[in-house]
This record gives sequence, C-alpha cells and structure tokens, in this order.
Amino acid sequence: MISSAIIPQPLARLPWRLIFLVSGIGLFGLMNLYSAAGGSIQPWAMRQGAAFLMFLGLAIVLSKVRETTIKSVIFPIYVAIVLMLIAVDMLGFVGKGAQRWLDLGIIRLQPSEFMKPAIALVLARFYELLPAGDIKRWRAIWPAAALIGVPAVLVIVQPDLGTGLMVTFAGVTVMFLAGVPLRWFLVPAGAIAAAIPIIYQFLHGYQKKRIDTFLDPESDPLGSGYHITQSKIAIGSGGFSGKGYLKGSQSHLQYLPEGHTDFAFATLAEEWGMLGGTLVILAYLMVLRWGMKVAANAPTRFGQLSCAGLSAVLFSYFAINLLMVMGLAPVVGIPLPLISYGGSAVMTVMICLGLLMSFERQQRTRNRLA
Amino acid sequence: MNFQGRITNVHQSLSFSRRMAIVGGAQAAVAAALVGRLGWLAVAENEKYNLLSEDNRVQLIIVPPRRGWIIDRLGKPIAINRSDFRVDLIPDQMEDPRRTVATLAQLLALSPDEVDRIRRELAAARGFQPVQVAENVPYERYAAVTVRLPELPGVQPARGFTRYYPAGSAVGHLIGYVGAASAKEYEKEKNPLLITPGFKIGKEGLEKTLETNLRGIPGGQRVEVSARGKLIRELTPKPDRSGAPVQLSIDAGLQEYAARRLGEESGSCVILDCQTGDIVCMASMPAYDPNSFSDGIGRTEWKTLSEDPRKPLLNKTVNALYPPGSTIKPMVALALQAHGVDPKERVHCPGGYRLGNRFFRCLGRHGSVDMHRAIAKSCNTYFYAMGNRVGYDRIAPMARMLGLGQKFDLPLVSQSYGTVPDSEWKRRRYADNQKLFMRPDWTASDTLNASIGQGYLILNPLQLAVMSARIASGRNAQPTLLGVHQDPASMLNIPQEHLDAVRGGMWEVVNGDGTAGASRITLPGIEMAGKTGTAQVRRIAGGQRGQGGDWRYRDHGLFVFFAPFDKPRYAGAVVIEHGMGGARAAAPVAKDALMYLFDRPAAEKRLAELETGWGGTLAERTARRAAAMDAAAASATAAPRPAA
Repeated sequence: MISSAIIPQPLARLPWRLIFLVSGIGLFGLMNLYSAAGGSIQPWAMRQGAAFLMFLGLAIVLSKVRETTIKSVIFPIYVAIVLMLIAVDMLGFVGKGAQRWLDLGIIRLQPSEFMKPAIALVLARFYELLPAGDIKRWRAIWPAAALIGVPAVLVIVQPDLGTGLMVTFAGVTVMFLAGVPLRWFLVPAGAIAAAIPIIYQFLHGYQKKRIDTFLDPESDPLGSGYHITQSKIAIGSGGFSGKGYLKGSQSHLQYLPEGHTDFAFATLAEEWGMLGGTLVILAYLMVLRWGMKVAANAPTRFGQLSCAGLSAVLFSYFAINLLMVMGLAPVVGIPLPLISYGGSAVMTVMICLGLLMSFERQQRTRNRLA
Repeated sequence: MNFQGRITNVHQSLSFSRRMAIVGGAQAAVAAALVGRLGWLAVAENEKYNLLSEDNRVQLIIVPPRRGWIIDRLGKPIAINRSDFRVDLIPDQMEDPRRTVATLAQLLALSPDEVDRIRRELAAARGFQPVQVAENVPYERYAAVTVRLPELPGVQPARGFTRYYPAGSAVGHLIGYVGAASAKEYEKEKNPLLITPGFKIGKEGLEKTLETNLRGIPGGQRVEVSARGKLIRELTPKPDRSGAPVQLSIDAGLQEYAARRLGEESGSCVILDCQTGDIVCMASMPAYDPNSFSDGIGRTEWKTLSEDPRKPLLNKTVNALYPPGSTIKPMVALALQAHGVDPKERVHCPGGYRLGNRFFRCLGRHGSVDMHRAIAKSCNTYFYAMGNRVGYDRIAPMARMLGLGQKFDLPLVSQSYGTVPDSEWKRRRYADNQKLFMRPDWTASDTLNASIGQGYLILNPLQLAVMSARIASGRNAQPTLLGVHQDPASMLNIPQEHLDAVRGGMWEVVNGDGTAGASRITLPGIEMAGKTGTAQVRRIAGGQRGQGGDWRYRDHGLFVFFAPFDKPRYAGAVVIEHGMGGARAAAPVAKDALMYLFDRPAAEKRLAELETGWGGTLAERTARRAAAMDAAAASATAAPRPAA
C-alpha cells in the first residue's frame, strides 16, 4: 500500500507487496526457464513471460470485481464449468493420452483449471447461504459433497488425477473451515485409507505404475522410476548453494525429464542449491500467509471461506508439486505455478490471486468507511 | 431463535478462527517438511547424488592397451600385434537398433548366431560402452560399412589389434594364445577392461602366465554425454600404456627349426644352454596355430585338434610323461660311482640278467663290458647287475639332483613332473591305493626295471634335457624361460672323474661304435655326445618288440645329448612318440637342431630336403590342412542337420 500524492489512487491501492512477491517468483521462474532452454529465451521463457504479464493484468482487473458480483455469478459459472467438463468428457478429443481440452476453435479451454477457484467460491457461497444452526446437520454435508464430487469425478475420469485431487482438496478445506463436524472428515478419511487397495485396482495402468514407483523408485530406474530418480539426483547434486546458474548438468544434458514443466523446481534446485529452493518455498509461504490473512480478516462468511479456499488451491499446487519433485509423493502431473512452464497454471493462480486481491481491497475500503 | 442464531454465528466465527489456525499450521508444517527434505537431499545426501550426477554426465570409454611383444633372446619377435579393422556399436547413439543391426549383418555377412549375440549384448548394454559387431573385418567390407555411416548412427568403425605369431604353430604350445575374457574370468577380476570389445587376455602358455607383464594399462576417453547419448564434449583423456615387451631365453630361429624338423612326427625337442640353464628351444609337435585362436577358432578346427591321436593340444615338453628308457643310464652311472662302483669294473653280459627265477633281457649279448662300454652299447645287463648291487634308493637321489621328477620354477601353465620312485614312494602309494601294486615293499625287480628307465619311472622331456645339461656342465643349471643369462650356474657336487667317465660313454654312443653312430656331427672340432633310449609303450607280448605294427603301440624313441663334447654349451632331449627307437627317430632330430646352431646353412639345406619329402614346409602343410578342414566344415554345414 504505497500512499503518495504523485501516484494515482487506484494504482496506489493495489497490494504492491504481494505483486512484487509474485513478480519475484515469476522472474525467478523465467530465469530458470531461460536456463532450462540451454540459455535461451526461446522457446519457453519468452512465452511464459508474456503469459505472466497477461494474467497479472487479468488479476488486477479481477481485483476490481466486487464481492456481491462474485456472489451473484458464482453458481451460474459453476454450472457452466460442470457442463464444459461433461462436454470435454463426451466430445473432448484425445491429446496427451487424456481428454482435458475443449477445443473452441480459437482457443483450447481446459475447464478443469477454472474449477479450482470455482469450487472454493461455490462452497463458500453454499455455506454462507446455509443457516448457521444447520452446520451439524446432514443438509450441510450432502450438497457440498455433491458440489465437490461431481466435478472431481468428471476431472478424474478425463483422466486427470492431479487436478481431481486439487479440486477435492480445496473443497474439503472449505468444508472444514465452514465448521462441518470433525467426524465427517475423520470417518471418510479412515474409509478411504481402508479402500485404497480397492481403488488401486480401478486406476489406469500408468497411474498404478506411478504409485508403484513412488513406493519403490529404484524398482524401475529406467522406466517410470526414472523421473523421481533423476529429479532427486538433480536436487541432491545441487548441494547447499547449487552448481551455478546455467551449469546444471542434469537438466542441460536432458537427464532430468520435464525439467521445464513439472520438474522445473529440480532444475532450479540443481543450479541454485538448497538456498534457491528454500527461497522459493519461503516466497510461496509468504503468498499463502497473505492469502490466509485476507481470509482471517474478511468481514463476511463468504469472504472468509472464499479466501481460505483460494489459498488452499495455491497451497495444493505448491505442496503436491514439491512433494512429488522431492520424491515424497507419487508423480501426478501438477506443475509448480510461476516456476513451471505452462500458461494454464499461471492463469489459475492469477485468477485466485486476483480474487484474493479483490477481497483484500474491499476489506480496506470497508475499514476506511467504518 | 434469534438468540440461538446469534450464539451460533459467534460460535461459527470462533470455530473458523480455530480451524484457520489448524490449516495455517498444517501449511507451515508442510513447508517446513519440504525445506527439511530439500536439505536432506541437497546437503546430507549431496555426496551420493553428486556421484550419481557425475555418473550420468561422464562416461568413460576404455581404450584397451596394446599387448606387450614377446621377443626371443636375440630380440626377434615371437608375438606381435597386427592392426586390423573392427566394427563396434555405441548403444546410446543408435536410433533404430533393429534396422542398423540388420544392415550390418548384411554388409558384414554376419551369421545368424552372431546377430543373435549382438542383439543380446545390445539389450544388456548401458550407456556408452561399445558392443562388438565384428573384428578382423576384411578391408572391402569395412569400407562398405564406412561409406554407409551417415545412415547408421551408433556404428563405430575402428582400428583394432590382433595378436600375431610369425612362427605359427612352431611356438603354439610355448606361447599359448589370447582370447576374449570369459564370463568366469570377468567375475574373478571384475575389471571392466576385460569386457571391452576387442580386448584379449592370455588364455594359454606364456600369454597366460605373463599376463600381468604383457597387459599394459588401459587408457580412457572421458566424454560428457547427454541423456540421449549425444556427445557434448571430450574431457581430458588418459593415454593408455602398452604392455612391456618380454624377452625369452628362447632362440626363435632354433625353435622354429626344431619344430619344422620334427616334421610329421609327434614329439618334442628341448635344448638348454647347459652352463646357464636358459631354455633356447622348447618345441612340441604337432601343435595348434595360435594365430587361429587369436582370430577366434572355428568349431571344426577345434574338434579336429582335440580328436587328433597325435594330441596337438598337448605340450609334450612338460605335460607328456614317458618312461625314459636307456636315456637315464648316464645318470645311473653317476649314482653307481657315487656309491663306490669302479667304472673299470667289468660285468659279463650273456644277453640278460638272472634274478631268482626271472630272466631280465638285454638287447644283445655284449660279453664283458665296463661302464664306458655299457653306456655306449646301452647294455642292460651291466645296469641290472650294478643297480641291484647299489639299490635303487641310492640311485633315486642322484636322479632328483639331476632334475628328474622335479617341478621347475617356470612360467608354465602346468607341468607334469612324473615320478622318480623309491621304496618310500612305493610304500606311500600302496597305503593310498592297495590295488596299484602287488606288494608294498620295494623289490629287486623294481630296481632292475628302474635302472634301465622302465617300470615306475616316468619323466617329461624337459627333465631329461635338464639332466643332460647338468651332466654336460656339471653345474646345477636351473631351466629358465625369461631373459638371457650370462653367468654360469653353480657347480654340482659331483667329482670330475665321475663325470668324465659318463661323458666318455656318451661320446662313444655317437662318435664310437655306439648306438647313435649314424647321427655324428661332422664339423671339425664339434662333436655331439648323447644317449639313446627306447621306451616300451606296452608290455612285450609274444616276442613283439614294439618295432612295428599299429602306430599307437610302437616304442617311443628318446635321445639326450650335449655338444660340443670338449666344451659343452648346449644340451637337450628329443622324444619322438612311437618313433620305435632313440637312434632311429630322435637322434637325427637332435643332430640337425644342433647343426642349426653350429652350421646354419647346412642345417637349412638338410631341412629343405626333408620337407620336400614330407610335401612342403610346415606353413604349407598347415595351410593345406586348414583348407581341408574348412572344406569338411563347409560340407558339414551344407548337409541337412539332424534334429537335435
């Protein structure tokens, strides 16, 4: 919040600290992509930079949207996204072995991306509408479960387990914060733990293999364990301060697969070491703290739950990707937003951040009015 | 309702704050865990992952060292390296292995077995270690591969080295041969050099025993490669160091001459410098051609070699044992003198010797003989009588002192050292296995048999050569194969007059009216002395004396010798298997071999005459035999194979 007479009010009111932080992460990501391309802004850094600027602009635009507007459009938007998901499942063409895209002619839409922020908002809206006394009742559970379950299932059958998990995680976080009794989390968690062996049977071949190799990456070091093994080698060989910028042999000699997308963090950690990796993790943690603070300070229940849910989306990106890259979780295709190459993750993150900025802006104006 | 609702709203906001704290805490905990994990990987386990990363990045291509030469005492090469063309595959650089291998199979005319092997090795291969496609590729085929290189990524044509032995089969048993290391040898040594394509190790003979000297130190080409096998850059290479040359005491010319002179016979010829013990010739024939092993021997050739009754795979100088026959009589004569027998004492030979109710035959009726005559005429009766007087337990120590039954310190893969029997030996063997002998104690007839080099006495030709060298020089000559020695060996504790008596008899054998008069050396001032021997292969049955009939049952012919008589320099032994007699088969070979040393042109003229009679030189005959073998192999493969 820079207050100066010279700077116009609308600009000065932007949360500059957050924007600097996010731009810092983005810039680090661009440098990393420059290195991953062997010291070239083509083909990744340039396009990623353009996407970053474009979606940062979108975030700033979104920050002007009023809470009431969001409230009024969230249900129709949610329904539209679900319809698009159904369309993807039914008409979507096969690309990358999965039906994730809806080709609208001019642009290819990945509706599951929009579902990530939407699920947080729609549940926040649902719990806002729910009378406070009903929170311990059945009617507090089933509509929310359906709101999460329908899109989650539609995404998982695409099949995109990673996004499905993120949608579920964000939705469940909102339910938890809304005050749904603990037994509703503990009992299903126990049931799922018990059911894992059965679910395992229904997974796709490649999904099964990912889990197998997560449990024992050395079982197939040249096959599907290769990703995890090479990623660990990249991070581990980086040491405390890294091999130096543009000097990561794992990524430059292509031993590290997907070194610019899902495993971009490994590329970064190889060249910048534990120091660089920790810096990125701390930066993310600061973004999350900012989001959680916005949630805590929100005056309305919708604001509280929305902001916490959007923060949960950001957190799940960050946590799932890093756990995977460091060999603590199975390989699910979740990128690290702003570091990994890929416009859709940037878009989703910027939508989340834009919405958070909008809530934050309205808190401030309200405070000032009060 | 309103009241309760308000309470619930307050309650709800309390619950929200509490749960926010939980979620925020969980997020911080996950972040902390991630930082911890990052530290664990990058700092605690850094060394391990650094190593793995280097392993990924840097590949070492082993450059096999050139094998050291083997040269003779004059510096003439016995085993050298010839450059050849070879083709390897770099698995990581191949784009379409199946098609590439198929193209190569066609270009190089590879057999289906070979193609199978290449496919197998490719499947097992990792990284930048080459897989051998073919070696010893003819230039035309090699050129055909090189022109098509652009469409064959991963194919690496190269210059390699094959071991070459100019003397061929003449040095076969002595030098041995080289070959690719077997899985077992690799297991033992665990040296990646052993599985480098084109690298050969000694498999037999001196090539095997001198392996550490000859091998050299491999070089390495360190290269940085990408995951796809693309060569990024070459790092500092480590040059290879060729193996050191090894000089043998062998005279390559003499070795080859002796081998050729043995001709079609199955036998061996060992010649030593009797003053120093240097082995100058150690020929065993027939022999395999080590060159065909270093190229990789064919199955038919191997089969022919292993089934030949003349045993071309056996080194007859040290691994074949023979009853020495009369060749040990000079040694017995020394033992007799050492135990008080006067060489002038005469024994009457009526054609044999009666022991109890048995009559031990002599080869003739020699009448009254002294030691000198007994050696010259090879009179068994004299040695029966005198041997029986002294007892074999007193003769055996002299046999051992002269090298008989001994294992020498030589770089040989194995030595069969035979037996010098005595009463203690017989008792021991009887205790081990009672079926061997009728009685455990040493009998007089055992002595009689052993005294004329039959019975339990069996020896190898090298021991006979050492014996004659020690008699010739009176020195304790230790046979050596490595290096050239100048200093004479120390003297044996044998009185000069004893030696003179025995040498006189040996002079008579060749230069008097002895058994080997036909093999006299006619050069002025150079006389050969020797002793013939004829060893029975089986018991004399029904008067048949092993002088004819089936080759397998004919007597062995042996001859020990030294020359010049007055100033002994060379001594040796020749054994011709089933040659029917020492004088007839062995002595002429010994004479010609010595002639090579004293008058080479005459010796070579003589050999040329002989070889014309045999149907060509050794090389020509070997080539002819190989062609016949190839033809047989071709017809065998052309014929329909019986179902397995």
